[in-house]
Amino acid sequence: MSLLRMEEITKRFPGVVANDQVDLVLEEGEIHALLGENGSGKSTLMNMLYGIYRPDAGRILLRDKEVQFSSPTDAISAGIGMVHQHFMLVPTMTVTENVILGLKEQKGRWNPLLDTRGAEKRINALAEQYGLDIEPNARVWQLPVGAQQRVEILKSLYRNAEILVLDEPTAVLAPKEVEHLIEVLRNLARSGKSIIFISHKLNEVIQLADRVSVLRNGVLSGQVDVADATASQLAEMMVGRQVETPKKKPRKSGETILTTANLVVKDDRSLIAVDDLTFDLAKGEIFGVAGVDGNGQKELTEAIAGVRSIESGNLEISGLSKSRGKRFREIGHVTEDRHQTGVVLPFSLWENYALKVCGTPPYGNWLNMNTGVMQEQTRAAIDQFSIKATGPDVAMSTLSGGNQQKVVLARELALDPKLLLAAQPTRGLDVGAAEYVHERLLSARDSGMAIMLISTELEEVLALSDRIMVMYEGKSMGLVDASQASREMLGLMMAGVSLENIENGMSQ
Amino acid sequence: MSVGPDAIRTRAIKVAKSTSLSLTAIGLALLVSAVLILLAGFNPLIAYAALLKGAFGDSFAIGNTLARTTPLIFTGLAVAFAFRCNLLNIGAEGQLYAGALASVVVGIFVTGLPTPLHIMLAIAAGFAAGAMWGGLAGLMKSQRGINEIVSTIMLNFVAIFFVSYMVQGPIAEPPGFFHQTAQVATTARLPIIAPKSDLSIGILIAVGCAIFIAYLLWRTPFGLRLRTVGRSEGAARFAGIPVNRFMFGAMSISGGLAGLAGTVEIIGSQYRLLDFFSPGYGFDGIAVAFLGRSDPIGVIFAAFLFAALRIGANQMQRTTGLPTSLVLVIQGTVILFILGAGILQWYRQRQQEKGA
Ligand SMILES: Nc1ncnc2c1ncn2[C@@H]1O[C@H](COP(=O)(O)OP(=O)(O)OP(=O)(O)O)[C@@H](O)[C@H]1O
Ligand SMILES: [Mg+2]
Repeated sequence: MSLLRMEEITKRFPGVVANDQVDLVLEEGEIHALLGENGSGKSTLMNMLYGIYRPDAGRILLRDKEVQFSSPTDAISAGIGMVHQHFMLVPTMTVTENVILGLKEQKGRWNPLLDTRGAEKRINALAEQYGLDIEPNARVWQLPVGAQQRVEILKSLYRNAEILVLDEPTAVLAPKEVEHLIEVLRNLARSGKSIIFISHKLNEVIQLADRVSVLRNGVLSGQVDVADATASQLAEMMVGRQVETPKKKPRKSGETILTTANLVVKDDRSLIAVDDLTFDLAKGEIFGVAGVDGNGQKELTEAIAGVRSIESGNLEISGLSKSRGKRFREIGHVTEDRHQTGVVLPFSLWENYALKVCGTPPYGNWLNMNTGVMQEQTRAAIDQFSIKATGPDVAMSTLSGGNQQKVVLARELALDPKLLLAAQPTRGLDVGAAEYVHERLLSARDSGMAIMLISTELEEVLALSDRIMVMYEGKSMGLVDASQASREMLGLMMAGVSLENIENGMSQ
Repeated sequence: MSVGPDAIRTRAIKVAKSTSLSLTAIGLALLVSAVLILLAGFNPLIAYAALLKGAFGDSFAIGNTLARTTPLIFTGLAVAFAFRCNLLNIGAEGQLYAGALASVVVGIFVTGLPTPLHIMLAIAAGFAAGAMWGGLAGLMKSQRGINEIVSTIMLNFVAIFFVSYMVQGPIAEPPGFFHQTAQVATTARLPIIAPKSDLSIGILIAVGCAIFIAYLLWRTPFGLRLRTVGRSEGAARFAGIPVNRFMFGAMSISGGLAGLAGTVEIIGSQYRLLDFFSPGYGFDGIAVAFLGRSDPIGVIFAAFLFAALRIGANQMQRTTGLPTSLVLVIQGTVILFILGAGILQWYRQRQQEKGA
């Protein structure tokens, strides 16, 4: 008897079959990875398991008993928990409050007061049992992403989840946090919980999963035991071809476009986030900024983009126009937080595409938008980036996560900006799409664009950058030529060891 | 408002769905109200017949309904427009008074202008005054982050009582027995469409305005940016859209539209300004905007429905002798049901948008 069977699940949306007779079996204590290209139907399948969508056809069986969920509440009470990519936490509340939100944790049958003490005890016990590092009294907004994710997991465990679904859990994590998460998931599996996780990072899949199911265009295209598979085999199963790492041509020297001197920038809480940075960036260069999330990269990028004021020091970008609108078109910005700052979910694709360029020729004038041209351009972007969408008129919210990211990339690259700020450009992209984006970034660099690449992924930074700066607590730990950098070295710098100290250490 | 055949189809389906939902809501509301009327000892069928007759019975009734529709289109547009920028303008009533005051001043004290010019001047003054009043709340919001709901409510009182003061003293009609101004000059009056009724070409101006606002919102870069600010302040900021300026602009235009409601009342039907002359057009505008789903064209129909309900209910009271309070309860029930249906649909749509 399997713990969970999803049989011949079909789900249609207007114009697409998101899942086409998909079968999925999950055993007790199993870690199951769900792979597939962007828009292949992974999130949709899991959303049906969690009661967000209802399948058009097919059955879901828990321990051989058919179940029907009309809402997540039903799924939760059947022992299913889900951690979404965008966390559903209330930032101003404490961990405990978040965990018991929506539950009736009162002191007694006749005592309606909230039993925080008891809840805290249980949270601590659960955290200990599964090795989750958590502080129940901390406020959620103070926690780094990794810890917030652990709160989400705890929320499910607190509700006695037997099956835990995680949608791209590692996309937002730093390497250290990924290790911690893997540890936690292993603990959970060992004590009998079953896990389904979606990921685009194949090495993690191989490291963690027992079995893998691959979706392609909504159809289950393969199911293998991880023991028998390599990363490149999995990649081929997903994309249908070999995936290669990009080749970097030697860099042509160009004039400097961005210079900063002793730059200091504060964050939203008025704490110093960027601390005394001095660097420059030239045309035709990819300048990599590495570091664990939350070490000032966001504030640095926003200051350069012109949406955050600088505290002191100098920040100069040469050759920018005076007009505000033009300036924003001369700096492309792939923002880190897609949903908050990158796209407008209820808008159509072409409206999203038009946010910066509307009103400028050939997209129309101040009195009239040339919707035809903008739709045409959007259609071209859909083709170029293989975006899974039925047309430029569909709402952004109907696209899968990775495809939304592709629209943002296409839009910012189409500006042909003088300076491109690319923060986590391949977050949520499948290996094939990531490969394409890497190619595009490199060819933009070769044609003279200045690019600042902000990424928490060392592989990406190493493969694309010409020079790499590592940030730690707002400071630069050093600036190295990519050809002289290694994973180990960057890893040390990300942990706060300065380049100087590393070199001294080596010479001893 | 996209153009592809698919888009038109989905839009048509959407409209059909929301219309059928609204009609169901009205049906249910009338059913509940019928019970109330029965309990009060009257015959609901007769009452409803009177309501229909009052609103649509003859050309005079239809004229009255349309006349009543006119200011509601403007206040509905005002609220809807601000809402597209994610601002809740509860101050349409006050902005309406500001617009009415400015128009009446121009209508009475500016003389010697030819008709079209005088009318245009009165309209411009009404818009400007309303825009100033709305803009004030917009300024407070964009510069100091003061919640526009609170500020617009407060500004209502200021405007309404300022007008009250003005018509009792400074611009009262001599010798000043009544709290009202003199009539505006005939050159400032809007031509009447249907003889013997209150229906002026104001209704055409209102409908034209709605079409213009729809164009502004969906066809101009200004509209796209404004809607972006409304749907995602973050995305707007990162696209280089000056969020604060747009909030100020949206509140100003919204106020101007509400001001026009006052203008058309003054130069289109009442000709003079009385204190407390508005039966709550500004507040009905909130419900109209909601019912019209903040869509300018939807607002036209919603305003018409509201006007019919108000006018018809008056007639119902006159012919059947139903107590006024009961008539008000029935009106309230219908509005609640319609808004309830609106919320239901909004909720469903949100459910669909989630989980992407
Ligand atoms: N609410 C919706 N309305 C219409 N189409 C949708 C909706 N949700 C998903 N789709 C479509 O269904 C398909 C599958 O989407 P899904 O989100 O499941 O992909 P995914 O495998 O999770 O992709 P990614 O790796 O990019 O997250 C896509 O083509 C998407 O556009
Ligand atoms: Mg997904």
